[in-house]
Amino acid sequence: MSRVSRTDGTALLTIEDLAVSFSTRRGTVEAVRGISLTVAKSEILGVVGESGSGKSVTAFSVMRLLDRAGRITRGTIRFRGQDITRLGASDLRRLRGAEMSMIFQNPRASLNPIRPVGDQISDALRAHRDMSRAAARARTLDLLKSVLIREPEKRFDAYPHELSGGMCQRVMMAMAMACEPDLLIADEPTTGLDVTTQKTVMDQLSAMVRERGMAMILITHDLGLASMYCDRVAVMEQGLMVETAAPATLFSAPKHAYTKRLVAASPTPTSTVESLSPDGAYRSPPLKSEATPTAPLLTVDNLVKRFDGGAPAVDGVSFAIGAGESLGLVGESGSGKSTISRIVCRLIDATSGAIRFAGRNIGAIPARGFHQASERADIQIVFQDPGDSLNPRFSAFDSIADPLRRLKGISDNQSLRRRALDCAARCGLPADLIDRFPHQLSGGQRARVGIARAIAAQPKLLILDEPTAALDVSVQAVILQLLDRLRREEGMAYLFVSHDLNVIRMMCERTIVLKEGRVVEQGPSDQLFARPSADYTRDLISAIPHFDPGNSRVRV
Amino acid sequence: MTTSTLSHVGYVLRGNPLTAIAGCGAALLVFVALFGPWIVPYDPVASNVSISLQPPSSAHWAGTDQLGRDILSRILAATRLDLLIAASAVSLSFVAGALIGSLCGYWGGKVDRWIGRIVDVLMAFPLFVLAMAMVAALGNRVENIIYATAIINLPFYIRFARAEVNVRRNLGWVEAARASGNSHTQVVTRFLLPNILPAMAVQISLNLGWAILNAAGLSFIGLGVQPPTPEWGIMVAEGARFITTGKWWLVAFPGLALMLAVLCFNLLGDGLRDILDPRMRT
Repeated sequence: MSRVSRTDGTALLTIEDLAVSFSTRRGTVEAVRGISLTVAKSEILGVVGESGSGKSVTAFSVMRLLDRAGRITRGTIRFRGQDITRLGASDLRRLRGAEMSMIFQNPRASLNPIRPVGDQISDALRAHRDMSRAAARARTLDLLKSVLIREPEKRFDAYPHELSGGMCQRVMMAMAMACEPDLLIADEPTTGLDVTTQKTVMDQLSAMVRERGMAMILITHDLGLASMYCDRVAVMEQGLMVETAAPATLFSAPKHAYTKRLVAASPTPTSTVESLSPDGAYRSPPLKSEATPTAPLLTVDNLVKRFDGGAPAVDGVSFAIGAGESLGLVGESGSGKSTISRIVCRLIDATSGAIRFAGRNIGAIPARGFHQASERADIQIVFQDPGDSLNPRFSAFDSIADPLRRLKGISDNQSLRRRALDCAARCGLPADLIDRFPHQLSGGQRARVGIARAIAAQPKLLILDEPTAALDVSVQAVILQLLDRLRREEGMAYLFVSHDLNVIRMMCERTIVLKEGRVVEQGPSDQLFARPSADYTRDLISAIPHFDPGNSRVRV
Repeated sequence: MTTSTLSHVGYVLRGNPLTAIAGCGAALLVFVALFGPWIVPYDPVASNVSISLQPPSSAHWAGTDQLGRDILSRILAATRLDLLIAASAVSLSFVAGALIGSLCGYWGGKVDRWIGRIVDVLMAFPLFVLAMAMVAALGNRVENIIYATAIINLPFYIRFARAEVNVRRNLGWVEAARASGNSHTQVVTRFLLPNILPAMAVQISLNLGWAILNAAGLSFIGLGVQPPTPEWGIMVAEGARFITTGKWWLVAFPGLALMLAVLCFNLLGDGLRDILDPRMRT
């Protein structure tokens, strides 16, 4: 059964030449600049794009949920022929929830924290239907069951904080489905969820939508996700719709230059660091030749970390990294990977276990005094969110100069400036940005400052804690290439922590898979990804959404 | 850099013109405090009973008091003392409170819990009564008013700094500072304190107004500054005796000065936060 025949062709939603602008202190900004699209009945349309492309603004316009600064300046949004842009508040209230509903990013934040989740679903029901309290409760329990929440009677009275992120998103799904709308808008519904949770949530969401013959707009930054669950994918860039096509066409023959770049930059099971930019714009330099090390640079032996009284966050982990080697640490949230990276970086102390660096047991030096240890300069770290890892009151120069002052003892301004500019240049940060503050830099530029700061002290071991998790995929591509080049040129060893298996596979020679503080599997990356021996690793690998031409999307 | 700072200040003021008015008022207060003795039309302490209790006139804009002293001159001369008390008290409690609070917020643990309880106890007292008791016990001197006002303000600064540091201590840039070779002390003083300053500046501005009121209040009930020294609180206290006989100007003008000073600093607070916050700039 071909995909198109399932949709009956009549348009449920038609957007024509929509433009939305926001008034800001810099004047008016056009977030959406004239886009047109249609969603047919029971069609799943993917809208992909990077941050600032206007995809969420489009969704909010359809729901007429734009905040006060935003205004629809031109165009029409027709839902079943009715122009939504002209509806009054009471008509909109009737429409929202009953005929079209929305699932937001960050499910926990979109639920009311002081009301049981069951009541919140009942509220949605009773707002649109004349229903008794008992009938609403019964219907809510059915809904909770339909999103596969076990023991719905018990969960009905749970508060959002008592549920996991995946569970909260299921509650949101139940709420959005409550009045059986014809159109569901899912705005990054699985961002922030673990990859295995993402898979179950998405599988369920698409199954429910298909089952009920609803139409859905899936907004995501993840091309792989869009390709797996959508009939058609629309690509947005800077407020414009650059290309709309079926996933197979979009991936095998992208037409627009931006789509080509985006497709190339999205990591797939076969992509390499070089293939992330189209047309071979990046070539990995040869590894800096190192004398074959006699002993590993870092040995971690039976590491245990227990936070006050709880179950151990890290439970007997051992590994070694050779000089110039890149080791990947992969696992879902709660696997202990970030804790390990902080212990190895000597920012927190382990409960027990040894950390040997270049022959010395640095685990014996307490973390609070480690800033004086000679190894401080040798072990540096790049943090996850480049926005939150830069001091808002430090310019890029101040941030990069700080380790030079502290760890290299450079104090005269001229050499500090020269060294900082050199670090910035090696990280591809233009010299004229060096005096800017973090909020004046883009995400990618901030990431470069964070990396420049970490390599300023010329470390032998660089710990990368999800260095690209908060970045757009095209920015991630250039940062990964930068990290690849730096490692090869400077001969640093990497401890690369990530939840993204494709990234780890590209960047690391060896990989360790963690689950609940224990090592599940470890080995050379190629081997581990091609022939995983542990079930957990297999689950992780199969849960990564990606476009797979072999499985050309005929599962109905 | 300077032009961008100016344009930023201009932007904030356009959005909140009250800040500009409050800023001008505060500047005027500081000016009067500095140059008061030279701009007063009459000697603020020279009495002349023959012209006592005169209503406002072209010669005496705010009238004269029971001893024939020019009220306007006394109000102007009092500005210095009132601002001095408020500013010293607020600086003392700010410096001590920011340090204690940020150390508590950063380290947590036992010391934090103890200091937290002491602060709770301090805040459970009626603060004005506490200040009265302290001044009464320590002696009726200006320094003691300053110390008393500083101590009763301290809990607010401790709590504020503690909360502000506490939300930041686990952020990436604090960990990054440690990885860059900073000791815990350096992290607190060089990284965390500068980051909480904008928020504290708001607190300082609000607190200045409150401290002025507190100092005037102490003088009003006869503690602290003694007559014949011109001071707003004393002037209101002395004038209160005459209000029943319709001599309103003895109370109204010093009271007005007090109110405007407090209002200025309170209004300044909000605008100050927007100006000092680097994230507000683009």
